[in-house]
Amino acid sequence: MAAPLSVEVEFGGGAELLFDGVKKHQVTLPEQEEPWDIRNLLVWIKKNLLKERPELFIQGDSVRPGILVLINDADWELLVSTSGTFPPLAPTLPALAHIEWLGNPLPYSSPTLSWEAGTVLYP
Amino acid sequence: HEQKCVKCKEGPPVVVIRAGDAFCRDCFKAFYVHKFRAMLGKNRLIFPGEKVLLAWSGGPSSSSMVWQVLEGLSQDSAKRLRFVPGVIYVDEGAACGQSAEDRAETLAQVKLVLQTVGFPWHLVALEEVFGLPPSVLCCSVPEPTGAEGAYKAAVDSFLRQQHVPQGEGAQDGSSPAQEQGQLCQPPMQKPLGLPSLAGSPAAAQTEALSRLFHSVKTLTAKEELLQTLRTHLILHVARAHGYSKVMTGESCTRLAVKLMTNLALGRGAFLAWDTGFSDERHGDVVLVRPMRDHTLKEVAFYNRLFAVPSVFTPAIDTKAPEKASIHRLMEAFLLRLQTQFPSTVSTVYRTSEKLAKAPRDGRAAGPRCLLCMCALDVDDADSATAFGAQTSPHFSPMQPPAEARPPPAPCCVPGVGRAQGCCRGACGRENPHVCVIEQLCYGCRVNMKDLPSLDPLPPYILAEAQLRSQRAHVLQEVQEYLIVDSDGEATES
Repeated sequence: MAAPLSVEVEFGGGAELLFDGVKKHQVTLPEQEEPWDIRNLLVWIKKNLLKERPELFIQGDSVRPGILVLINDADWELLVSTSGTFPPLAPTLPALAHIEWLGNPLPYSSPTLSWEAGTVLYP
Repeated sequence: HEQKCVKCKEGPPVVVIRAGDAFCRDCFKAFYVHKFRAMLGKNRLIFPGEKVLLAWSGGPSSSSMVWQVLEGLSQDSAKRLRFVPGVIYVDEGAACGQSAEDRAETLAQVKLVLQTVGFPWHLVALEEVFGLPPSVLCCSVPEPTGAEGAYKAAVDSFLRQQHVPQGEGAQDGSSPAQEQGQLCQPPMQKPLGLPSLAGSPAAAQTEALSRLFHSVKTLTAKEELLQTLRTHLILHVARAHGYSKVMTGESCTRLAVKLMTNLALGRGAFLAWDTGFSDERHGDVVLVRPMRDHTLKEVAFYNRLFAVPSVFTPAIDTKAPEKASIHRLMEAFLLRLQTQFPSTVSTVYRTSEKLAKAPRDGRAAGPRCLLCMCALDVDDADSATAFGAQTSPHFSPMQPPAEARPPPAPCCVPGVGRAQGCCRGACGRENPHVCVIEQLCYGCRVNMKDLPSLDPLPPYILAEAQLRSQRAHVLQEVQEYLIVDSDGEATES
């Protein structure tokens, strides 16, 4: 059982255009069965925050390639398991996480995101 | 977590570069700055004291570039960058369908950043291309770059001059006092012929640009046209103010996409110029891409970690779906491939580094494309190819669809200063459309197909097309009377 989680989510670099131009959102994720991780946070964002054009932000289970994700000012890729467990787990959200989505989901979008649900990242 | 920076083995990692290399904040900064300085240093193209115009779009890459220059210039003298910068921002709002209010708001933010940076700045609107002279499309013969030792000699001489006491010959903008002075100057407005009210472009020009872009049928063609016009404008400003170099902020990621896109657009012959570090096609003004070794991820992280100011503006294909243009499609393709094969972008980029610029057959410069100014990839003799057949003078001119054909108008523009009755022969075809098309390279021709009429194009393009056409026609007429060189090539006066 996951307790309710307070998270500040920020969209920048053009990503905010899909959220009515609002960059910062203070959200409280409700109590639920599974622990909160990026994958189900994305589902929640799509349902509750995203205003238009979901395909420009989300692709399958993950963010669209080109969108950069920071968690508490650090590269999300740092949190992905590199211990070789297969498949890598979606990073669970630390309490009071500040999650930032950077990147123009539009032309010439930002950097590469190399996480895709169920895919091995590093050979 | 137990991870440590792979470089210093001490600091907490904040970003993953390439495959699995986690860097701490300080090591990342050093890595990033070093890449920038190394890119400039190893190419040795920018001479001390040279005036360099920084093309700033407001986006993350060019913002980062401007910031790197700012920091580089203010370092202590041993490692300090030594050129004289200026910044240009082109307001493309009219082409992107932005409202006047949105444009004004963006410009206000832009000015704030420009003031923070403190370099002399030039704020121009894209619609000012309607006031450009045809000469912008001519490349001037560049100054001979000199021998290998020229760069080192220039640096040595510059350093020696630095030690001369203030009274004897102040250096060109290198001393802080002069840079301060430039801060207080009013913003540069370059005279483009058409009067503008209080610094904003004439409404007629805005209207004309909007009309032009509305008439373009595909997003692909719009993107290409936008880029072409922007380049011409920046070139003009650079020349008008004595800048011999223009720096653009394309990142490694962006250039990989550009390379693939340009292949699809039929610009394969010009990849080395379109994506290389330096682009000397214009002659007197050389384009330089110092950010080409930085990935967009590195740029975004750097800007975030070190608070580099930028101004986000919607571009012409903002929010466009994936298949809306070749550019978007190629970008989506590459980025998606990158997620599965993390070396995709760098592989494409490394390929671009290997492209050489040797001229064909060692021939001297031939005719240039009217729009992109690359040497025409035309083999007139080879009428076996579709392209050769198109350019052959015996081929009947392209007929646009009947409904789009403009009314028969004289294709000579009076008052452009040409001789009387001059172009009857040259443009004695059905319409002036052909005048322009035959002056273009393959890629630009394909692009122009998406313009039902060339009339909305800015006058300088049409004027220069006619001039060249007339010149070619005259040349043909007097061919037999010209004195030829021993190698059989006729010389044009």
